[in-house]
Amino acid sequence: MRTKFLAVPYVVWMAIFVVAPIILVVIYAFTTADGSFTLGNFSNMLDYLSVFGRSFYLAFISTVICILIGYPIAYILSKQGARFQRAVIMLFMLPMWMNFLLRTYSWMSILENTGLLNRFLNFIGLPSISIINTQAAVVIGMVYNFLPFMILPIYSVIVKIDRSLIEAAQDLGGNSVAVFRRVLFPLSLPGIISGITMVFVPAVSTFVISQLLGGGKQMLLGDLIEMQFLGSAYNPHLGSAIALVMMIVVTIFMYIINKFGDGEEQAVML
Amino acid sequence: MRKKSSIGGKIFMALIFLFLYAPIFVLIVFSFNKAKSRTQWTGFTFDWYKELFSDSSIMNALYTTLAVSIIAALVATVVGTITAVGLSKMSRRWRSPLLTINNIPVMNAEIVTGVSLCLLFVFLGSFLKFNLGFGTLLIAHITFDIPYVILSVMPKIHQMDNNLMDAAQDLGCTWFQAFRKVMIPEIMPGIVNGMIIAFTMSIDDFVISYFTAGSRVETLSMRIYSMTRKQISPKINAISTLLFVSVLVLLVIINVRQSRQEAKAKELERKLVNK
Repeated sequence: MRTKFLAVPYVVWMAIFVVAPIILVVIYAFTTADGSFTLGNFSNMLDYLSVFGRSFYLAFISTVICILIGYPIAYILSKQGARFQRAVIMLFMLPMWMNFLLRTYSWMSILENTGLLNRFLNFIGLPSISIINTQAAVVIGMVYNFLPFMILPIYSVIVKIDRSLIEAAQDLGGNSVAVFRRVLFPLSLPGIISGITMVFVPAVSTFVISQLLGGGKQMLLGDLIEMQFLGSAYNPHLGSAIALVMMIVVTIFMYIINKFGDGEEQAVML
Repeated sequence: MRKKSSIGGKIFMALIFLFLYAPIFVLIVFSFNKAKSRTQWTGFTFDWYKELFSDSSIMNALYTTLAVSIIAALVATVVGTITAVGLSKMSRRWRSPLLTINNIPVMNAEIVTGVSLCLLFVFLGSFLKFNLGFGTLLIAHITFDIPYVILSVMPKIHQMDNNLMDAAQDLGCTWFQAFRKVMIPEIMPGIVNGMIIAFTMSIDDFVISYFTAGSRVETLSMRIYSMTRKQISPKINAISTLLFVSVLVLLVIINVRQSRQEAKAKELERKLVNK
């Protein structure tokens, strides 16, 4: 019995349901509705440069905020007792079990002009603030939904770092900034990088968050693609071209980030 | 060096938890609200919970969601485990590219997976005369579930001693008996973990379902999405609260059991040392 042939059925499955669909996206991106070759889908995309810009900008901001919040949280958590750590990790995962559309919708109730946040502010004598349907609201939604995906990978790397390395650095005279910059940060970089991947990709391609919290005024790449396939502007050829370009840009971005990570790791070893 | 974190650190963590749980708290509270409003509190009621069970569109969506998540997770677990065993016996030259392709649905943006499958189903459907529906929804879920099972089973196979399978077969087991009695128990934690991840991904999925289910079949997420365009009924808050509470109870039970087992193991260890 040749055990390796057990993988054959799934290889066939992948060929049909993973590889073929992506080839179809490429074919659609380069053709018109009657099937002839065209580059028009890509030149039409130029009208939407601002959407590309906004998507990458908001996803970038959200990813940075997730790192700035997630890293300290993961670090503080890694210093607590084992039972406390397990309970907190569970609490970070728990919200994911509530439907994410509903959680995002719930932010509408909080951020609306007559929503709970403004009522609270008025109650304690402060003026109302207007957040809903702005980029700030979309960023809040992104950070809220994807923060656990930043905390968990960073935590799982930090918790495995050998404490004696940090003690050694301190014994050798490193102040806390130097210890962080030269020891802790480089060693936790793999966690940060996988966190970036897990936050940036869903953030750049979301269409639900921007629709609910951006009120349709903050159109993102996801909205644009959704409109071409199921929405008002039905044009799967243009939609495929946008999806293809987004996929390529994200892949290049991830490749660079990973390279950067490899370089850092080697630097630590040297 | 185990220094307890400062008060500042604790406050920071508490604030983050406030941020993560505020919307959930709001959602649960307003499932008991008399009026349909989602910001104005008008009094306590259980009505939404009662009405929930007679709302056929929500109940159908719940059944579809549970059916697709359970079937997809089970199929993905079986196929993923068998595939992982096969892949582990392949030469590196074949294995690495296959694992890279296996990673595509995990790494790719959900919307890209969704629209690409949508194109495929529409394309195949025009030849084979089928429409988008439960079948295509299920295939899509199985497709994005399997990679997670493989990723969680593979490391367990690598940790296992290769000689165990050979030894079992030398002692007279057929390959299948050895697989069932030696390999499966060894890699069981990976299989269970993979199944849980697959089920979680399926039950929470919206984007891929949205593009592959067509217009006649609806999952709970899709039901909620179409409601967000108008107004969400507090019935949805009610069903989400029920699902959330059941998961919470399950997690607490698992956690308490784990802690108890650990405490017992420590106790036993201490007794053995004292002897």
